[in-house]
Amino acid sequence: MDLNTVVEVCDGRDRVPWRAGDAWLGGGTYLFSEPQPHLRRLRDLSRMGWEPLRRLPDGSLEIAATCTIARLSRYGKELEAVAAPLVEQCCRAFLASFKIWNMATVGGNLCNALPAGPMISLTAALDGRCTLLAQDGSVRSVSVAEFVTGPGTKVLAEGELLRAVTLSPRALGSRTAFRQASLYGLGRSGALVIGAVDPVDASFAVTITAATVRPFRLRFPDVPGPEALRAAIGAAVEDRDWYDDIHGLPAWRRHMAFRLAEEIRAELAGDGGRFASGGAR
Amino acid sequence: MTDEDTGFEIHVNEQRFDTRPRPGQCLRTYLRERGWFGVKKGCDAGDCGACTVHVDGEPVHSCLYPAVRAGGRAVTTVEGLSRDGELHPVQQKFLDAQGFQCGFCTAGFLMTSAALDEDQLADLPRALKGNLCRCTGYRAIEDALRGVKHVEAPDAGAEVGRNLPAPAGPKVVTGTARYTFDIDVPGLLHMKLLRSPHAHARITAIDTTAALRVPGVHAVFTHHDAPDRLYSTARHEHPEEDPDDTRLLDDTVRYVGQRVAAVVADSEAAAEEGCRRIEVVYEVLPAVLDPEEAMRPGAPVVHRKDAGVARIARPMNNVVGEVHGEIGDVAAGFAAADVVYEETFRTQRVQHASLETHGAVAWFEQGDDGEERLTVRSSTQTPFLTRRALCALFGLPEERVRVVAGRVGGGFGGKQEMLVEDIVAFAVLRLRRPVKLEYTRAEQFYGATTRHPFLITVRLGARRDGVLTAMQLRVVSNTGAYGNHGPAVMFHACGESLSVYRCPYKKADGFAVYTHTVPAGAFRGYGLGQVTFAMESALDELARRIGIDPLVLRQKNIIGPDEPMVTPGGEEEDLHIASYGLDQCLDIVRTARAEPAAEAPAGWLVGEGAALAMIATGPPGGHIADARVTLRADGTYDLAVGTAEFGNGTTTVHSQIAAGELRTTSDRITIRQSDTDVVRHDTGAFASTGVVVAGKASLRACQALAASILDFAAGQLGVAPGTCVLTGEAVTAPGGRRLPLKELHAAARAAGRELAADGHFGGTPRSVAFNAQWFRVAVDPGSGEIRILRSVHAADAGKVMNPMQCRGQVEGGVAQALGATLFENVRLDDTGRVTTVAFRQYRLPAYADVPRTEVHFMETADAIGPLGAKSMSESPFNPVAPALANAIRDATGLRFTELPLSRDRIWLALDQRTRTEEPRSGA
Repeated sequence: MDLNTVVEVCDGRDRVPWRAGDAWLGGGTYLFSEPQPHLRRLRDLSRMGWEPLRRLPDGSLEIAATCTIARLSRYGKELEAVAAPLVEQCCRAFLASFKIWNMATVGGNLCNALPAGPMISLTAALDGRCTLLAQDGSVRSVSVAEFVTGPGTKVLAEGELLRAVTLSPRALGSRTAFRQASLYGLGRSGALVIGAVDPVDASFAVTITAATVRPFRLRFPDVPGPEALRAAIGAAVEDRDWYDDIHGLPAWRRHMAFRLAEEIRAELAGDGGRFASGGAR
Repeated sequence: MTDEDTGFEIHVNEQRFDTRPRPGQCLRTYLRERGWFGVKKGCDAGDCGACTVHVDGEPVHSCLYPAVRAGGRAVTTVEGLSRDGELHPVQQKFLDAQGFQCGFCTAGFLMTSAALDEDQLADLPRALKGNLCRCTGYRAIEDALRGVKHVEAPDAGAEVGRNLPAPAGPKVVTGTARYTFDIDVPGLLHMKLLRSPHAHARITAIDTTAALRVPGVHAVFTHHDAPDRLYSTARHEHPEEDPDDTRLLDDTVRYVGQRVAAVVADSEAAAEEGCRRIEVVYEVLPAVLDPEEAMRPGAPVVHRKDAGVARIARPMNNVVGEVHGEIGDVAAGFAAADVVYEETFRTQRVQHASLETHGAVAWFEQGDDGEERLTVRSSTQTPFLTRRALCALFGLPEERVRVVAGRVGGGFGGKQEMLVEDIVAFAVLRLRRPVKLEYTRAEQFYGATTRHPFLITVRLGARRDGVLTAMQLRVVSNTGAYGNHGPAVMFHACGESLSVYRCPYKKADGFAVYTHTVPAGAFRGYGLGQVTFAMESALDELARRIGIDPLVLRQKNIIGPDEPMVTPGGEEEDLHIASYGLDQCLDIVRTARAEPAAEAPAGWLVGEGAALAMIATGPPGGHIADARVTLRADGTYDLAVGTAEFGNGTTTVHSQIAAGELRTTSDRITIRQSDTDVVRHDTGAFASTGVVVAGKASLRACQALAASILDFAAGQLGVAPGTCVLTGEAVTAPGGRRLPLKELHAAARAAGRELAADGHFGGTPRSVAFNAQWFRVAVDPGSGEIRILRSVHAADAGKVMNPMQCRGQVEGGVAQALGATLFENVRLDDTGRVTTVAFRQYRLPAYADVPRTEVHFMETADAIGPLGAKSMSESPFNPVAPALANAIRDATGLRFTELPLSRDRIWLALDQRTRTEEPRSGA
């Protein structure tokens, strides 16, 4: 929709001081989807020239904040990494269709910080790290799981910019399992759980998103048993952390998160999961 | 370097434009401002896909696309899809399958479909998740994409009963059909409304000074400007059916979202800014949101008005209308029962969600007499009644006001209201400038109307053999802050839901209750669907308690073809069973049920259930339609009808009726419609009357014209009247003599005679239509997910005029009802504010949500309806919710009494049972 209070669009590279009413414009798919009467100026990131997807010398994958979902989806299909299927699984977890993928960005999804943000699920599950650029030029790095602090809230300071998310080669080498639940067919996630087994030390991490107000990433030295997994989730996620909105009752989300986590555990442990992957251990 | 430093250039459908967009402008409005009206606004928030265009070949939602970013790029809209006059293959496919009804979403589906690759075409639920259609239920769209052809070629004189295509089809698929806002009006001003943040408050002061200082603002209207006159937004042939409780702009606000002031400006941006600058002082008053609480003594009073003047039953108790009726002594009936079952059911708020929002554009134009008159172009189902209301409100004679609807982008009852025309007309009368008000999607949720939420207590008594001994209803409907349609919906709710069953004792107590919430209004089914949910659920449960098949119980109690239809108020004297297909409907269900069931996933619970519904083929109290058909100079016909086309397909049926009577092909019939200029009167396209009432007027007009053509031709040919025969293009007489219609027209003209005829129908007597729905479902006890394994719908529509279209109406009704059954829910917070204001918060059925429904038509022919037809627009909706609830009951053993039946609620109920009871053995 038209953002009628916006009086200026400036190039994101312009070093003009940040002021109230400024917003970074990524793909625009969120900003233009709701009234934003507080905004006066959009700082357009479309000419930043950031390479959307880049392999760093250490083998890490750097995903630029401005990388579109469509681009990431295509990249994931060609990526030679054990965890590569997770990329498309998470892209498909978007409520939005492939048309939105042509515009929406990975950074935008993270910065929206919604529980159901599937790029948060993807990058939190693979222990991604966010690179943040502050207005004073300083750079800091936080894990994705720390970046999102609650529904719609994140650690970004005023004017601070998410530059990229980086996934380590070790994380990309993880065996992963993915489960999603929604109240609707192909709908917004009410629970999205991802499991990952580390290729080096076979440690296991389960990441719960969408069901919770923020990502919960729980690590285990190896794939735990059902009881240990349940206990760990129960201890980590407090009652108030189960998200309550129109896309699912908290009790249902909690139930689905436990259920999906157990399915994932079983799948990755190879002890009765539908996709048992024998030989890994 | 900023954008301002560089030139701007964009190519749209190979035309170059260099006007720089406004900084915060989206591509959608940039394109529409350049005249590309094929780009539609359904949601303006990226959810519905109606605005899909291609940018450098990639499909995007243009409402989310920053227009400045389109600089240097090539944009293709639906208008650019065809090349050199040749339709794109996908356009032709949508025509062949008639993959549309109202057509408002069609451009988006075409632009999306045209961009799909093979993999995406193999996975349509995913590929089409970004496109919403409210009319079709998606089967027709799937058929279009699969290359299925449904439309048939014209056949002179044999058009009725064939799959003739909608006349507007070619315009719909090329983006050239003109909906309400698809016009360019020079000098147009834009209106925005300031809305109340309080559920109940008195405006003690309102200061417009700052708003008026906003550059571009022309006027700010408040209650100080508004006439004192009270009226209803509801449109009925008889205005006294609704209470006079609404003022143009009031000094008291009664729901969050009620309009407080209107700002008119050069642009929407300036009008919005004007709204933000208005300073209002509210004295906040206590509010009541729940209808039961509202009826209790001491509850805040919503309308402190004179009962007689305002036509409110009991204002101080917040009861706007009530019904109390009893046939026989119900207590005796219950005493005679072996089994008595009582349960209370609840239905939620549902929004119509027509993809075209409410809105109107109005201006002054010169009438035929040279005098200025007000012309209002509106997204309405009732142009004639809206003109009547505007004339009454502003004291204007009818010849000084014209109301016209373009093609309407969906209605579903929501546009049987005057929600915008009043304030727009007021502004035009004041400013003498053209003014437009176009609702946002969010405004549709908090500033329009909803379906009435109902609380229904059903008490049923039956003997051990399943024969009903007593039926009792207590119904409380929440009509919201205004009583538009409140009493009428409640009366209708207690009508056919009871009268379809034979029972000596019936009782109903109904209350339509004011609360400080967004008003409810007319909605497909008009109250019947809510009570049918309760009644058909209760009958199913009663059968289970007795231990007999629910279908057998219904069979024992439904009325036969010669029995009276008795409500607790008695019989309606103009209502007849002029054709009876209810037994056939039940046969369809029985057959479907007996067929082998599809496999369900392991561990899922499987069940089946059915429900039936009856509906009158028109409203009580008369429904008027006029039609006029004229032979034109080129030998074709002009048919003028009042009824509006909003995807219901009535235009096609009218042309088929005309073609049938005039022994020609429907492509030789041009229809002019939904314009107060074209006929004398038409009550409107509501209450399922587009075919059975307006169609009857068309039929009569065409019969009369055929007779006068033959009579005149006989004179011209010098043969005896009665020996001539009308054919497609000529009148023929014995001996091979032939008088072409063109020559006949010329001869008539020379004789000073116009070959034209009028038809009229007053909407009475009326018949009844029947529907039955059956589902087999599987329920995952681990997640609450419901999978519909099979869906069968039996529809008694009398003679089916156009099977392709009628099937679409049924499928669309089932799909809309599934939304209302499974997840649609307009939610309010505890201050009365609507919290679901976008389609990503208010889920509409998407392609992936809607199973294919097998539609069966019954073999009946109605003695009242035109050529044996009955209505089939509201009724398919009504049996869906109870059929699904009954199937879930069968699968899970749980009776769900409250809609919607979302996965989380289903799971929660199953989980609670396993916690409190012994696990059920078997399923």
